[in-house]
Amino acid sequence: MAETAQARFASVEAFLRHAALLKTSPEATQRRVLVCLGTGCMASGAREVAAALERALAALPAERRVALNLCMKKTGCHGFCEKGPLVVLWPEATFYKGVKPKDVPELVERGIVGGEVIERLLYVDPKTGKPVEKYGAIDFYARQTRIAMRNIGLMDPANLDDYLLRDGYQALAKVLAGWSPEQVLKEIEQAKLRGRGGGGFDAGRKWRSCKSAKGTPRYLICNGDEGDPGAFMDRSLMEGDPHGVIEGMAIAAFALETREGTIYVRQEYPLAVEHLERAIADARARGLLGERILGTDFSFDIQIARGGGAFVCGESSALMRSVEGKVGEPRAKYVHATDKGLWDKPTVLNNVETFVNVPRIVEKGAAWYASIGTARSKGTKAFALTGKVKNTGLVEVEMGTSLREIIFGAGGGMLVDGPKGAFKAVQTGGPSGGCLPESLLDLPVDFDSLTDAGSMMGSGGMIVMDHSTCMVDVARYFLSFLTDESCGKCVPCREGLYQMYRILSRIAEGQGTEADLAKIEDLSQAVAVGSLCALGKSGPTPVLSTLRYFRHEYEAHIKEKRCPAGVCKALITYSIDTSACDGCGACLAACASDAITGTPKKGETFQINTLQCDKCGACAAVCKRGAVAIS
Amino acid sequence: MSEVNLGDAPFTMTIDGKRVEARPGEMVLAAAKRAGIAIPTLCEHKAVESFGSCRLCMVEVTKAAWKGWKGLMTACLYPAAPDLIIETQSERVLHVRRNVLDLLLARCPDSTLIQRLAAEHGVQQTSFSVREQPDLCILCGLCVRICESAATSAISTVKRGHHREIGTPWGGPPPACIGCLACAHVCPTGHITFEEHGATRAIWGRSFELQRCAECGAPLPITVEQASFLVERQALDASYFSRCESCQRRATAQTFGRLARWQKLGLTQEPDARQEGGKR
Repeated sequence: MAETAQARFASVEAFLRHAALLKTSPEATQRRVLVCLGTGCMASGAREVAAALERALAALPAERRVALNLCMKKTGCHGFCEKGPLVVLWPEATFYKGVKPKDVPELVERGIVGGEVIERLLYVDPKTGKPVEKYGAIDFYARQTRIAMRNIGLMDPANLDDYLLRDGYQALAKVLAGWSPEQVLKEIEQAKLRGRGGGGFDAGRKWRSCKSAKGTPRYLICNGDEGDPGAFMDRSLMEGDPHGVIEGMAIAAFALETREGTIYVRQEYPLAVEHLERAIADARARGLLGERILGTDFSFDIQIARGGGAFVCGESSALMRSVEGKVGEPRAKYVHATDKGLWDKPTVLNNVETFVNVPRIVEKGAAWYASIGTARSKGTKAFALTGKVKNTGLVEVEMGTSLREIIFGAGGGMLVDGPKGAFKAVQTGGPSGGCLPESLLDLPVDFDSLTDAGSMMGSGGMIVMDHSTCMVDVARYFLSFLTDESCGKCVPCREGLYQMYRILSRIAEGQGTEADLAKIEDLSQAVAVGSLCALGKSGPTPVLSTLRYFRHEYEAHIKEKRCPAGVCKALITYSIDTSACDGCGACLAACASDAITGTPKKGETFQINTLQCDKCGACAAVCKRGAVAIS
Repeated sequence: MSEVNLGDAPFTMTIDGKRVEARPGEMVLAAAKRAGIAIPTLCEHKAVESFGSCRLCMVEVTKAAWKGWKGLMTACLYPAAPDLIIETQSERVLHVRRNVLDLLLARCPDSTLIQRLAAEHGVQQTSFSVREQPDLCILCGLCVRICESAATSAISTVKRGHHREIGTPWGGPPPACIGCLACAHVCPTGHITFEEHGATRAIWGRSFELQRCAECGAPLPITVEQASFLVERQALDASYFSRCESCQRRATAQTFGRLARWQKLGLTQEPDARQEGGKR
């Protein structure tokens, strides 16, 4: 590609000259057709849309193309995957969603060449029912503050010059032009940047203790082993802004005076691996990585280590064992990784989102960064908002934003109308996080407030639940995930979580007793303090938090043998409300266990044989009149 | 392994109200043991590095230097430090211990070791669901670690979570195994079994020939593979494992007898000693 063929920057000055030149080049003022090729949009057919767009644009007469001053960019994830494939026209910021290859001719003819707005492809605001044209006017984006995700979606991640156009590597150049490593350390300390991977440990303090530890070489690791189901902040960052990750690591390496960095990415993120590899090669070719970066005495390089997808390998000590080629199991952290980490050498491990924040802090200053957020949690946090909300996707907001603002602002509110669709709980922090009730919706979200409320920040998963969700079932689901993903090294996590799962299953099946509740609470405490690593220590959180806020639901399962949400199969029966049934017969066709009897005919109704019924819920799903009742 | 450089001088800390001497670099468990304070363990063995998996040796640590900060730590991995206050029998410690033993009893109800330890902690019967088709393996990992440090890493833990087990490559007989029995020897519950008939030994689905005495032909308590492994690893003489114990004793006695006879004759050296050389 063109940019790799370009020469290395021999000095910081040469780099700055090039970057300045780029800004005045025709590329800087080109109109852009931004096609999202993130994993989410790709799954809904973005590759075909991009190919069709490429063909249609190439078919335009040459002079027309020149006059339009157009280029097409395949970008990373815009975060609004649910509405994909997404196409954005820049700089006018017209936002098209759900674009299909068949829409492309019209999009090019009317939208791009003709300059019209194609209304049927616009996003419709669920509150007003009116289409919204501009990217920034959509609630989902308008309510966000993007620092970590500042570049994603607006540039081609495979193009280094695109990154430079967005002020990329300026922070690294600034540091190399005259900062001392100590100065960088101080800046990060003053910014009060806390690790985004889950623990929220002070990054500056971590760097400082690694630097004062005995032993060389020091190692730098970027944790891209995002394992929480439904979370994809780090994937989007690695896919959509790989140079941002590299630049952040390079600045950290400069502060730590280390030469070796590793990015640990799970193998299930092939696009992230591909983009990172490409970006590393490009950065090396241009003298932004490798020996004597930008002609200075600073040398640093990055290798990629691929993980096999074990959840526990996101735990730092297990991750390091995995990088060493051993079984990915955690070890006790009485001796910190900053003293003895990878290969028993002082090591700094931070997650992707943490590193991406670093260039911005250097660029705009620690004081700027520390002015955003709450007293003890600075900056922004990206969340993967999923579940029963209208807008699902990646949301980056300032620390201290309330849960209500995230769910009902950017999230657009609850998905389903009516009492069943009303807000019930939000689960934060991934599988070992907790469920928070409606009374805590105004909780300002930061590391400490979530922990105090009995949940946690984790890496930023956020699952919204309505009244069709059973909290016992939710706790049981997360326990089953953790039981499978526990490495099994220590007894409390391996045996304890499994027994907790067994007890929850009993309760969900209507076999639970009050003694079970006491037992599971007692065991939860033992697992929480007795386990070796954070997976086991936080494993009981789903149970403890649901017991804390939704104890009545457990009690309904145990004492009344009733599942209030109508989820737990053993405790519900399906029946047909004859007054609502119009005899269409849809349920009859849907039933796989021949449990429904009756003849499809107007005026007739159906019956469900409860003995035959296996409670799959297919009849309720197909009934247009809502005549299938669950009790 | 200590966090701070403590020098070489011994120091004291408090365990269960008793002043106990500890050495720099030592773990709390070792210091307690030396002072005669019993802390139960299952995954600890002097031949291998501490692992911290059974969680039985958890103790409550109070750090005076950290404004009385308290936490539950595994004694086998927590570095001893001056002025630590350790409680080995606090309510929190016993709570975890009881639960761990209760859980292990559900996993291995037939293990007499676990039954005894559990009973000592007031757990006569498990309060959890007993595993279907239980065996005696408590997954302490001692076998894997001893194989790694003393032998050939022929076995490993495989699978995750509740499905974790001690396994061999692809579930078959482990090709790297030398039949040394170190795993069976350290297994605290007797889960790892082996058989020996005549000059053959069977373990992990493999059968090994025992080394034979070069003189009488009797089998030695060591396999052929083990002998060559040890000869190579310890750089021993190739004939090191060539005689059985009684033949060795007889040969030694004969040598002494000969020497005594020659000494009686006033000779200082055995005339044919040089031809005898080479054997131990």
